[in-house]
Amino acid sequence: MRVLAGLALLVAVLFVASLLIGPAGLGLGESLRALIAGEGDVVVLVMREIRLPRALLGLMVGAALGLSGAAMQGFLRNPLAEPGLIGVSPAASLGAVLALQTGLAASFALALPLAALTGAGLAVAALFLLAGPRGGALTLILAGVALSALAGALTALVLNLSPNPFAAMEIVFWLMGSLADRSMQHVWLALPFMAVGAVLVLGCGRGLDALTLGEDAAASMGVRLGRLRLQLVGGVAALVGAATAMAGAVGFVGLVVPHVLRPIVGGRPSALLPAAALGGAAVVLAADVAVRLIAPDEDLKLGVLTAIVGAPFFFHLIWRMRGRAE
Amino acid sequence: MSLLDLRDLTVRRGGRLVLDGVSLTVAPGEFVGLLGPNGAGKTTLLRAALGLLAATGQSSLAALQVAARARAVAFLPQAREVAWPVSVEVLVGLGRLAHGTGLPEDRAAVDRAIARMGLEGLRARDAQGLSGGELARVLLARALAQETPLLLADEPGAGLDPGQQIRSMQVLAALAAEGRGVVASIHDLGLAARHCTRLVLLQGGRLVADGAPDQVLTDANLAQVFGIRAWRGVAEGGPVIQPLSVIG
Repeated sequence: MRVLAGLALLVAVLFVASLLIGPAGLGLGESLRALIAGEGDVVVLVMREIRLPRALLGLMVGAALGLSGAAMQGFLRNPLAEPGLIGVSPAASLGAVLALQTGLAASFALALPLAALTGAGLAVAALFLLAGPRGGALTLILAGVALSALAGALTALVLNLSPNPFAAMEIVFWLMGSLADRSMQHVWLALPFMAVGAVLVLGCGRGLDALTLGEDAAASMGVRLGRLRLQLVGGVAALVGAATAMAGAVGFVGLVVPHVLRPIVGGRPSALLPAAALGGAAVVLAADVAVRLIAPDEDLKLGVLTAIVGAPFFFHLIWRMRGRAE
Repeated sequence: MSLLDLRDLTVRRGGRLVLDGVSLTVAPGEFVGLLGPNGAGKTTLLRAALGLLAATGQSSLAALQVAARARAVAFLPQAREVAWPVSVEVLVGLGRLAHGTGLPEDRAAVDRAIARMGLEGLRARDAQGLSGGELARVLLARALAQETPLLLADEPGAGLDPGQQIRSMQVLAALAAEGRGVVASIHDLGLAARHCTRLVLLQGGRLVADGAPDQVLTDANLAQVFGIRAWRGVAEGGPVIQPLSVIG
């Protein structure tokens, strides 16, 4: 409980920081007055239409990635599992890339995220068709890997055939992941998917705890494995699909956050789920504040930063694990 | 009233009969030792009886709803896997998942299981840092915490030292003496003969003998099923059996 309270406080602080830091250089009191009371035209616009959706999406995308990472690791009983394993996020990226390529993205405000969500939805359908109703964890991963490969190849094809370097550049930049220039419409579009996904995944805690002792033991302790798999994969797909549709590819959060928090919550998957959601939100909010502070004029991409910080951090974890084993 | 009722239970894998028409009932108070050479179908029998494996024929347990089954029978699988660094107390508490109602009752059940297996000193330890023998006892405690009328255990004594082997057999025998039922697959004939109330002998997926230990562990059965000769005796009020040599 103390861990969750501490993480929630950290998220709250970073959320406020995300609201208060930006290129417009607004004063502290001025910003908050504008946000809450609606005083001052331009400031209200900046706060309510630019910074608030950005902070909210940082919170939501981070929580979705952390939560689904913890869920996938618990389900596969493998600390190296990550939410991208089931192929939903490459498929969502492909949907977004197609929208950019065909010009659909420019036709109306939510065309790109809707195309990405469509890609994610098709991927989940294909995943369940491929893995079958009774397929085990291994079939599921293989189906996910196959889907990822296909979506990756098709994304490369779109890039390959793009009419001019600017179109290709636009796609490449989108793929790097960012929360800049999103609106409240994005928030409202993502919210139902993420809410449903979070409810489904948080409901898997008991089953994941039982899986600590293996599939046979879990089944004998009253866990319906087929239902657990459907609920968990469906929930993760909704979370990751919506997160990718809003922010593009933001890597390492779903892998590293559960890994770091696991020993702090005592190893139990059900305790890790909410902690990883808060931890993921904190990491993405912090990273999104950092990209604004480090290079205010360069539009440093969120996904690039999480990967640059996340990968060495992972090296460090491996180093420590090696130290314990020897 | 029986705790387990199997009728003509049959499992096929790739056209081969792994379990061939096994019928078996287990009553309260029985500690049934499941014997047979490697590949005889002991694990398959336990898993099919629980409904973890597709089988034809009938099993009273497989017919139950999943949640009801978890209150009717506890299962201790052979693989001793613990995926996450949870404490011993949390691990034993997993046995209460199927009940999960009143917290005080659950805690009391966990305390009883921990006391029974003598694990008080290990309560706060990380289960992934335990020795093989300690882990085996902790996992048995998890199954005990489920407090079911029936316990199915797949080689509960494998890999334990002689003292721990005898202690876990005594725990299982005590459960049976309290009026519960236990079915455990066992490789050690001596332990089985001394502690079980009844033995069931499997060969090639078929049930070839079923009865009191001295009726099942006959020279003829040992020769036919295991291909061995054994020495038999009585010591400290119980039967002793020691395999001697392979025939032929």
